[in-house]
Amino acid sequence: MAIPIDPIASPKIGFEVLTPDEVRRIHEATLEVVETVGVRFPSERALEVWAAHGASVDRETHVVKAPRELVMGALAHAPASYVLGARDPSQDLPLDGKHVYAATDGCGIEIFDIDTGELRRSCLRDVADIARIADALDEVGFIWTPLSAQDMPPESRSLHELSAEWRNTTKHVQTETVVTVPEARAAVEMATIVAGSEEARRARPPLSIMQCTTSPLGHDGGSLDASMIAAEAGIPTGFMTMASCAFSGPATLAGTLVVGNAEVITGLALLELVAPGAPVFYAAAQTAMDLRSGAYTGGGPEDFLFGAATNALADFYRVPLSMGSFATGAKLPDWQAGVENSLSTFMASVVTSDMLLGIGLLNGSRIWSYTQMMLDAEIYSIVRKTLRGIDVSDEALALDAIREVGPNGDFLALKHTRAHMRELWQSRYMDRRMYGIWEKAEDRAPDWALARARDILRTHVPDPLDPAVSAELDRVVAGVERDAGTAAGPLLAPAAG
Amino acid sequence: MYEDLLQAMRASIVDGDQDAAAEAARAGLEAGMDPLVAIDEGYVAGLSHVGSCFSTGEMYLPDMMLAARAMKAALAVLEPAMAERSAVRSIRGRVVIGTVKGDIHEIGKNLVGTMLSASGFEVHDLGVDVPVETFVAKAREVGADIVGVSALLTTTMTGQRAVVQALSDAGMRPGVKVIVGGAPVTRAWAEEIGADGYSEDAVGAVALATRLMDAAVEPAKS
Repeated sequence: MAIPIDPIASPKIGFEVLTPDEVRRIHEATLEVVETVGVRFPSERALEVWAAHGASVDRETHVVKAPRELVMGALAHAPASYVLGARDPSQDLPLDGKHVYAATDGCGIEIFDIDTGELRRSCLRDVADIARIADALDEVGFIWTPLSAQDMPPESRSLHELSAEWRNTTKHVQTETVVTVPEARAAVEMATIVAGSEEARRARPPLSIMQCTTSPLGHDGGSLDASMIAAEAGIPTGFMTMASCAFSGPATLAGTLVVGNAEVITGLALLELVAPGAPVFYAAAQTAMDLRSGAYTGGGPEDFLFGAATNALADFYRVPLSMGSFATGAKLPDWQAGVENSLSTFMASVVTSDMLLGIGLLNGSRIWSYTQMMLDAEIYSIVRKTLRGIDVSDEALALDAIREVGPNGDFLALKHTRAHMRELWQSRYMDRRMYGIWEKAEDRAPDWALARARDILRTHVPDPLDPAVSAELDRVVAGVERDAGTAAGPLLAPAAG
Repeated sequence: MYEDLLQAMRASIVDGDQDAAAEAARAGLEAGMDPLVAIDEGYVAGLSHVGSCFSTGEMYLPDMMLAARAMKAALAVLEPAMAERSAVRSIRGRVVIGTVKGDIHEIGKNLVGTMLSASGFEVHDLGVDVPVETFVAKAREVGADIVGVSALLTTTMTGQRAVVQALSDAGMRPGVKVIVGGAPVTRAWAEEIGADGYSEDAVGAVALATRLMDAAVEPAKS
């Protein structure tokens, strides 16, 4: 039995981080950049497409300058809403502008081992274990490839990751590591196998693919080629900007929004030129550079503002948004992780960003922590409860209960209390014990989080993938490895995760 | 002597003003200043000031980059005069850097290159998507002390191992040191592939390169 996903739905609380006029100013500045500065598309095929549609294409520098009518005309083909399919149809995720689904984070390279706690390089087994635990959490809407399966060959690594995920969860799977033509073709084939038919794959795609842009104002060739194949197959595809204030974007937030926006909307426009009507999405995880080291910080007020502002842009272009939140730079599940992940997730959720990436990674999306995974899920549940707001129906105003108790009584032994008390949020990992108990105890809240992760991994059995389907997936992956073995070498540059 | 000019040179670096830096260099040459004096007592003194402000938290990375850019503008003016006099600026070491084959990410690598240049290293930047053989050939050609190999992807970082191996096969190790960097690179990885060091950021890379050069000069020191 699939465990039902309980997403944030139709938040009762909302706010406007950018006025419509401010959104328009960012949009106009973006179009000016796209028309006069251009965006780099280092892919022969992408350049052909742009040139065929009348954009100015520099074959030497790969810079495309596209007129606004071309970009906006293409984007108009993008569907405003569609469904992310799951192996179990009850777990399908409608991207309808009313829901906020959290995913696991990606794509990390190290992990605190679930048994020993030792920091070590990530492997395929970790991807499978994380998918299995995420399958059991009602806070997790879909699985994003969380870690790089570094024990698998580079040319088929992303596909092994996908197989491991489908085998360990019935939820939707999204990856950010399919960055070459052979991988993209294989991933589409695998999605068809999981869906059962090409028709089913298009109606309820069990896979979606995100590609990273190369800020400022660039794309990666392999990613572009892979994205066009995915879009043609109806696999929901998005581009993520990670422009960083003062580093890969201007020091100002508005300037960094413009740079990232130019990257994303030109990427999406390209896909709509290649496959009009293809399901696409906006993706972003902008941040501010650490002024001392130049590093990606993944937390701070700028990130929180980006989290809310980007949804205003995605709404303007009428496409779903996948927003980086939970992206703490903390090295351990500590106060920094709590502050950064709570505020980033709140800000991205209160504006109804469709997808949140993601749960579980520390150190700027590099190190997986099962403890953090559980704590992040709890943060999501806090935000989910907060955004449900306050019910002021007659039943909630509770006049009968108040009359019954009157002055100086208590509400403990009341049917109204019993009927509604379970609506109150219950913590798993906040330490609400009495001081005296806490003082004597050796366990702390993060220990409970890790213990639950271990318990789920030991006991939870996701609905299995049909062995015939599983064997088919293996066949596709083996085919890619066979072809790669005979090829002269990698033809296309992979992109960042 | 020349104190006003030297002061202008130092200020141009601290202000990160490349036009002022080039202008001061031209003025210095017209006044008959020795270009090496201009560099050491003017510009490098300005850089040292920026460096110390950085270490105390009064200045940030963009200040350093602007200072480095101003330094470059001054050197462009001074270098022809140095060549005429056969004057050679002392350097801290020769570094060949590049991003591995299959990887086109360069922003971090460029940052390291700029910081190394500003810190007195002679930097030969091979760009991105660099084949293993090119690292080896360039290191041999320029007599590199250090080869810096960048990779941003788990799928391309194996190229760092290949560069270490190729330099060994060419008989250039351990004389030529290899340093590695990039988002997926960890200390454990650097040790596993036999690199001489790794850094998580550009400032650390300069410290690492300096340490390796010092160690090469004083091998007895532990």
